[in-house]
Amino acid sequence: MTWKPSISRRELMGGAFGAGLIASTGGLLSGCGRSARHTISNPEAAPGPPRYGGRIRVASLASSTADTLDPAKAALSTDYIRHNMFYNGLTRYDRLLNAQPELAESIDTTDQQSWRVKLRKDVVFHDGKPLTSADVVFSLLRHKAAATASKVKAVADQFADVRADGSNEVLIQLTGRNVDLPALLAQSQFLIIRDGTTEFHTANGTGPFRCAEFRPGERTVGVRNPNYWKHSRPYLDSIELIGIPDEISRVNALLSGDVHLINAVSPLSTRRIDETPGYAVMATPSGLYTDLIMQQTMLPTANPHFTLGMKYLFDRELIQRAIFGNYATIANDQPIPPTNRYYNPEIPQRTYDPDRAKYHIRMAGLTGARLPMFASPAAEGSVDMASVLQEYGSKAGLSLAVNRVPADGYWSTHWMKHPLTFGNTNPRPTADLLFSLCYKSDAAWNESHWNNPTFDRLLVEARGEPDEQRRKTLYGEMQQLVHDQCGVAIPVFISLIDGNDQRLKGLYPIPIGGLMGYLFADQVWWEG
Amino acid sequence: MASIAANPPKRPSSTVREILLLILIRTAYALLTLFLVSIVVFVISGLLPGDAAQEMLGQSATPGQVAALRHEYGLDLPAHIRYLSWVRGMFGGNAGRSIVANMPVSEIIADRLPNSLVLAGLTTAIAVPLALFIGIYSAVKRGTLIDRALNITTLSMVAMPEFLVATIGVLIFAVHLRWLPSITLTSKDTTWGEFLRSYALPVLSLAVVVIAQMARMTRAAVVDQLGRPYVEMAVLKGVPPRRLILWHVLPNAIGPIANAVALSLSYLLGGAIIVETIFNYPGLASLMVNAVTSRDMALLQTCAMIFCGAYLLLVLIADVAAILANPRLRSQ
Repeated sequence: MTWKPSISRRELMGGAFGAGLIASTGGLLSGCGRSARHTISNPEAAPGPPRYGGRIRVASLASSTADTLDPAKAALSTDYIRHNMFYNGLTRYDRLLNAQPELAESIDTTDQQSWRVKLRKDVVFHDGKPLTSADVVFSLLRHKAAATASKVKAVADQFADVRADGSNEVLIQLTGRNVDLPALLAQSQFLIIRDGTTEFHTANGTGPFRCAEFRPGERTVGVRNPNYWKHSRPYLDSIELIGIPDEISRVNALLSGDVHLINAVSPLSTRRIDETPGYAVMATPSGLYTDLIMQQTMLPTANPHFTLGMKYLFDRELIQRAIFGNYATIANDQPIPPTNRYYNPEIPQRTYDPDRAKYHIRMAGLTGARLPMFASPAAEGSVDMASVLQEYGSKAGLSLAVNRVPADGYWSTHWMKHPLTFGNTNPRPTADLLFSLCYKSDAAWNESHWNNPTFDRLLVEARGEPDEQRRKTLYGEMQQLVHDQCGVAIPVFISLIDGNDQRLKGLYPIPIGGLMGYLFADQVWWEG
Repeated sequence: MASIAANPPKRPSSTVREILLLILIRTAYALLTLFLVSIVVFVISGLLPGDAAQEMLGQSATPGQVAALRHEYGLDLPAHIRYLSWVRGMFGGNAGRSIVANMPVSEIIADRLPNSLVLAGLTTAIAVPLALFIGIYSAVKRGTLIDRALNITTLSMVAMPEFLVATIGVLIFAVHLRWLPSITLTSKDTTWGEFLRSYALPVLSLAVVVIAQMARMTRAAVVDQLGRPYVEMAVLKGVPPRRLILWHVLPNAIGPIANAVALSLSYLLGGAIIVETIFNYPGLASLMVNAVTSRDMALLQTCAMIFCGAYLLLVLIADVAAILANPRLRSQ
């Protein structure tokens, strides 16, 4: 099987606009473009041909001494943005999270287990050295060493062997069959660095910008890379990236013209931005969710009646409206969002049902029981969700106590450590990755310690299944299993909200994260 | 009869010697205090949930990775050994290495300390003269309409939280009028105009609070002196008001005023956290908060030492100033 870059209609149109090739038919296409791009909340007209030049300042939500230029350690949006300025991956995501070729010209396999990556031959690092297979081998294998402290070690452990075949080809041998390899390699942690890099005071990548300044906790400045392999890109002369942790300050900085693009806008601020002329909000429906975790290894939460009863206690419309200001999509107690191509729309939507909740809680023998629930600002919206649950729980004969704990240290101290805690899971690019990391019985982040052999078997089968239709069926069954039995309740998927100066053109949502899935650097241009 | 209040000065050399002795003793106490503070900070931050390895890996931590990182950074050693190695480094002038940023602590501090000093210095340069003037003026005019007006103003300034001042300032001057930037953007190649524009709002927000505090303390100290018999005597002898205040009253009031100023200024270093957050100012206070949340022990300790040291130094300067201004304090 050859993995071919699949070009969707939307992508083609976006690309065409990007290159400015068919600007004369722009009027015609913008009409269909708008209907197709229903995911963009601001109905802006299709931009004209891109312009060159301009400096923009981008403010992300966090910046600290933990800022890094090491892609393996990327943990926050600021890191992802920074890394995508300076580095490239073998592949990258399009609007539908399909993998498109980047540094890889092609990725071929016959058995979904041994893969051959052919590299582009016209790529040079910022220091002038050409990209070779040694760089790719080094960049991929370092994730397996514990000392690298890689965020994707669990994924990289699938690489049984990575070796160079000549200077332009790399062979990747997986421990098992996995159709999704091209999509996995598009994760920002797998960006390609130069062979032997151990110090990250500056960045030596192949990306659209060169690192002119990097000061952890303060700023990152990238200047246009004139030798970028994507000829005619990037459009901007430079990008300055800063972090403004305080949301109100971040919005103020945008509206006062000090920065031109921000992420992590609160639903409460969207009206302020929309009402200011020259500024717009971009919402990206994503797979981000905050869930209630009912430990399946502890009592009383392991009781199936209790688990089900709690799922009926969620008033999803209320949570969507009151907590997320409608910047959320109703979810159905399973983690695959409607934006994913394997989403199963056949599963009946679970709704708030006090009678069923009451029934199941009675069947679990827990009527009148007092249960503590751990919520924290670390899991977005969980404190408010817990308050709603407490209120509705009392109607179902359950006395839920909200233990509100600080964000600081929440993940290591409370998350998954009590019968009832809240978790927060970031969007993942593929259904397989999400299920493998967070739902498989032996997964490290199987939040509720749910153990289901059928699910595990289906997961492995789907991972190696090249037939798209069959895969969809398998993932559909798995979503049903999670919906029915797993110890997590997922009320909504949270949309990611960005704000931008409207002179910045070329932005569109990529549902893996805010700011075009953090991939905006070589796509946007400035019409100042 | 120039000096009614002050005794004739002793020989200057003995004054200098006394002050040097005082500085010496205070320095010894300061070192002891710093040592105790470092123990307290170390112990208390050890009580916080999680360590640097867990914070670094965050939600995605696996036990194996955490153990490997702990070993790499020496976090698996017993607490007292980690503390002692830090103390040893400190005595050798080495503040250690930030494991989170993977840089020497001294480099990080060298980056941030000047920022904090500039902010504190600018605020001081504006706040202290203004506060002294307001305090003395309203003390002299005590009981009049203008005194009451100044009183109400400073009271409401003290009561107004600085985040309110800062936020309203940003909304008016940055978002609506667009005269000033809403965040501080410091870089090496800023012009003087840009520099002043970007510091205007942070300095204003900080100054509002410290001016009010210092002015109120100054007024109280001066009013206290103005009720004394020697002032009455001087007035009866026909000493002009300006000379009375500057020559007779101020040397006696300088002790409490200097201490109020020292307290306010030490607040400008470590207490600027709210202003640093709102204006995204890369100062020491936010660095320390950063160090706490990432459990970066070496950095946290160094920040604590700097804040504590600055405080002790300012109080010492205040005391020396008080003694120099008022020779009666020397014998105490």
